[in-house]
Amino acid sequence: MLEAAPDVGAGTSKANTALLHTGFDAKPGTLESRLVRRGYELLSSYAPQSGIPLERTGALLVAWSPEQRAAFPAIIAKAHANGYTPIRQVEVEELYRREPQLGSGAHGALEVPDEGIVCPFTTPLAFATEAVLGGCELRRNTRVTGVERLNPGFRLQTTTGPLSARFLVNAAGLWSDELDRLAGHDEFTITPRRGELIVFDKLSRPLLKHIVLAVPTETTKGVLVSPTVFGNLILGPTAENVERKDDTSSTAHGLAYLRAEGERVLPELVRHEVTAIYVGLRAATEHSDYQLRIHEREGYVCVGGIRSTGLTASLAIAEHVREGLGRAGLRLEPKEPGPRRPVVMPNIGELSPRPYEQGGRIVCFCERVTLQEIEDALYSTIPPVDLDGLRRRTRVLMGRCQGFYCGARVAALLRGGSG
Amino acid sequence: MTDVLVIGGGPAGLACAIELRRRGISDVVVIDRESRAGGIPRHCAHQGFGVRDLHRMLSGPSYARRYVELARRAGVDVRVEAMVTGWSSAGLPEVTSPEGREHLRAAAIVLATGCRERPRPARLVPGSRPEGVFTTGLLQQLVELQSPAIGTRAVIVGAEHVSFSALLTLAHAGVEVAGMATTLAWHQSVPGAGAVARLRYRVPVWTRTELTEIRGLPRVEEVEVRDLDGGRTRAVPCDTVVFTGDWIPDHELAVLAGLELDPGTRGPRIDAALRTSRKGFFAAGNLLQGAEPADVAALSGRHAAAAVTRWLNEGDPWPTPVRIVCSAPLQWISPNAVDGTGLPPRGHFALRSSAFLRRPTLEIRQDGALLWRGRLRRLVPGRSGHVPATWLARVNLGGGGISVSAGNLH
Repeated sequence: MLEAAPDVGAGTSKANTALLHTGFDAKPGTLESRLVRRGYELLSSYAPQSGIPLERTGALLVAWSPEQRAAFPAIIAKAHANGYTPIRQVEVEELYRREPQLGSGAHGALEVPDEGIVCPFTTPLAFATEAVLGGCELRRNTRVTGVERLNPGFRLQTTTGPLSARFLVNAAGLWSDELDRLAGHDEFTITPRRGELIVFDKLSRPLLKHIVLAVPTETTKGVLVSPTVFGNLILGPTAENVERKDDTSSTAHGLAYLRAEGERVLPELVRHEVTAIYVGLRAATEHSDYQLRIHEREGYVCVGGIRSTGLTASLAIAEHVREGLGRAGLRLEPKEPGPRRPVVMPNIGELSPRPYEQGGRIVCFCERVTLQEIEDALYSTIPPVDLDGLRRRTRVLMGRCQGFYCGARVAALLRGGSG
Repeated sequence: MTDVLVIGGGPAGLACAIELRRRGISDVVVIDRESRAGGIPRHCAHQGFGVRDLHRMLSGPSYARRYVELARRAGVDVRVEAMVTGWSSAGLPEVTSPEGREHLRAAAIVLATGCRERPRPARLVPGSRPEGVFTTGLLQQLVELQSPAIGTRAVIVGAEHVSFSALLTLAHAGVEVAGMATTLAWHQSVPGAGAVARLRYRVPVWTRTELTEIRGLPRVEEVEVRDLDGGRTRAVPCDTVVFTGDWIPDHELAVLAGLELDPGTRGPRIDAALRTSRKGFFAAGNLLQGAEPADVAALSGRHAAAAVTRWLNEGDPWPTPVRIVCSAPLQWISPNAVDGTGLPPRGHFALRSSAFLRRPTLEIRQDGALLWRGRLRRLVPGRSGHVPATWLARVNLGGGGISVSAGNLH
């Protein structure tokens, strides 16, 4: 497993809305629709076994005008076509009874009771950890610079030396189109689409119970307000095409737009302090479906153009790829007999008890992260190499003070000092 | 059961605990989440601590050590590495420490959780998210731990007292400072601070200047600043950005305890005796408002001890005070409620303005009737002006809210 960045899951995987999608609003008949639905089932059972925080909050898709409400029957029909039937209409009175802090002027909502939220940090980390424990070699800071097709197999040039393989899976995210071309194909182009998100202080969390979605338009699913598994509320994302695949900068106009939307949807929200602002780049292509292609004869699989539903669909995508590689001749057998033992990630979500609730030396006060958790992360299977990596594994520095109290000590711990 | 649990072992919490012991309260516990008590001054290497409360001039670390020593000598039980993370369903403080988890019982609780600087995200500064973006508090600790994270050329955001303290810290660490940017028309520190920065450290204070973007990855490469008058922007190369001041009370435990907050200070609403809206809960120090100097915070802690003692010994009724509200450009007044004729800490009210006001005329009214009118010499944003408490006797405790406004504004 080659990773160009210093860490796994450090690109779009970590910077998205972290929703667990039912796929009710996917385009019926697409591969995305099928894989999101299957991925939802797989991740829903994998997450609790693996210590990945997941909460089924339910979503309310709110109409803010009669025109938006008029779109409800089509959205319901689409959900049914996607095999999702629990969707139902909620009238104005019930809506405000269930979400009393919602801004005025709603014209009703659609309830999607199975939508949820999932941890975007431990999910990819659990997968990677399981792979490494299963014998997979992980090379970080390794970018593929050339692909030579052998017969059969591939010879890769990388920034850390050459490598040969019989089968090749391209899961290079924003760069999957470029790697696809290196592998001799040219089927799609990724235009990174920037999504800015604002994380609000944990004290805002009681304002909302559900994910509040907007009625989608042709181009975007709109701005949502959602709880996070860490106990915050997030507001976003924006949607803006950008030139560069590393341009994860927030913008003054994006933040102003989000705050205006927030003021309308949940007025009390914008009176709370902002804890963090982050930006993710969606791997958007000129096509309306995932660019998931299995080239059986070559033994090459391209997993490109995976958009905002990728976190939910991840395990189904893996299953799909494994079946494809099987057809291409890859034999996979369990290393040990008996049922697979899942990895268990340390819990960083609010729904289950956290280590500090048993006692310990709390280092990060805002997020209640103990010294033991930090040390465990530093000695884990895939240890962090920078503060961001440590943050994703423990929540350290993720809180409202942004390191005012513990930043220097945490940096020293990462460097190997006593702090 | 503990008599008094003081949450927060900074100057306010320790001074309160010491005074409680002096007043004969037997079982006083101070709980602090850091590995050493003493609060923010622990990391402020410069001089100037202890003038108003201890009548001497100390460095921050000496001042912090001295308070811990005084508390120990006074028989205060100071527990470190212990954090109150919330309140149990029975309303008891839930404490996490290396010894485990416990619910403490106390007859009275003093919240002295202090304040912190608002970091970059809270100020909505757009751009990339690189390394090299700090608050003064973080910067001071990085310097103390000789961290390699400190860069070579910095921009300071803000020009209040603490911003100049960040300047000194950077200068001592050998970091060049490109400039200090403030959106206001003047710096907010003592007269002459700007001249010292310019002449002694060759650091310009860019007034009416806003930081509009941070650029660079993985480290800061430059910032964009905008001239608020001309509207022009320019890029300033630097690898470090320090966000200073813009203090906010650390009010999480106060909110979780259900205490009413004052919209101006964002700290708990308190009367002159530093009682909060909840029976048995007191508050002191910079949790009340961000931020006063450490010695002023300590004196507020000492002040709170009087009412805590009365509450324990005499079972004072918990009053429903009359609230005080400020109108713009006044930001807040502290204390922000009145319960009777008892004087506030240091005998006066502290008043803040969001604008520079020269010789403002203040009016304090209740139900339209004038309680007090008077003039202050000036008000500087981020620094407290003092309003006398002579009008307290005229307050109708059964009447409506009290308002404070500033007239003849220039």
